[in-house]
Amino acid sequence: MAPRVGVVVFPGTNCEHDVVAAVASLGGSAELLWHGRDDLAGVDAVVLPGGFAHGDYLRPGALARFSPVMAAVERFCADGGPVVGICNGFQVLCEAGLLPGALQRNRHLRFLCTTVGVRVESERSVLTRGVAVGTELRVPINHFLGSYVCDPATLAELRGEDRVVLRYTENLNGSVDDIAGVANAAGNVVGLMPHPERAVSDLVGSTDGAVLLGALLDAVAGARAA
Amino acid sequence: MRFAARVEVRLRPGIADPEGATIERALPALGFDEVADVRAGRSFRFELEAADEATARRRAEELAHRLLANPVIEESTVEIEALATGGAG
Repeated sequence: MAPRVGVVVFPGTNCEHDVVAAVASLGGSAELLWHGRDDLAGVDAVVLPGGFAHGDYLRPGALARFSPVMAAVERFCADGGPVVGICNGFQVLCEAGLLPGALQRNRHLRFLCTTVGVRVESERSVLTRGVAVGTELRVPINHFLGSYVCDPATLAELRGEDRVVLRYTENLNGSVDDIAGVANAAGNVVGLMPHPERAVSDLVGSTDGAVLLGALLDAVAGARAA
Repeated sequence: MRFAARVEVRLRPGIADPEGATIERALPALGFDEVADVRAGRSFRFELEAADEATARRRAEELAHRLLANPVIEESTVEIEALATGGAG
């Protein structure tokens, strides 16, 4: 059976169908999970997709973390379940305290909608397992609050524990230490600002996102076989 | 008793504030050359019921800390004012 990926939909989420299509194109099976439910329907992995959950009111992710589904996501994270937050989903994971740090306004207050280079920096995360460190990928970004910040102690911890998953090869948003994605200590929870689901077909200019989402599906399949 | 609360949320010192910096850069063009250290923030107002001012302050600070500000990058200050509970109907 194909790995089942649950894609959480908050009011204002708008990248859920891209994730569903990308997962399906890579041989997985994806289903939408409305934010009002309090369980995860038994999926093998969870993606918090991009968009504007709850209108991004107050701060992106600040209200989404109180959605009923997030209690189930927190339990799933604690149990070692694979969870990936993309863009707005990354912001939600930070606000929920499932990942350290915060996403701040881009440098120069610039809204960024372009394709950037990122480099895989760790194989420890569920999104990069089996992807060689140093692999460079071209993946789209599309955000205004994507500048990753954290205090120096947290940064030292992230570096020391090999939890910086991706770094920009060109840092347009001003993220500290060029960080594009981070993981929790166990590596099962990952957040990233770039959109791998928008780079899984030559038609849209890059298939590099398939490297990351494919690694996620492989990790899920491997965990189920074990 | 009823209290009015005002919570000011702003970025912690040392956290880049591109909004404040952009406003500051625009000021000389308006003749405000003497202005420096502009920091952007936001302010929230609400009313709450509490037994006394200390309790009202504690609850408002809790709300500010748990929701209105993101402690990773922001700090907040709370002002509390007792509202007149006049007997006039």
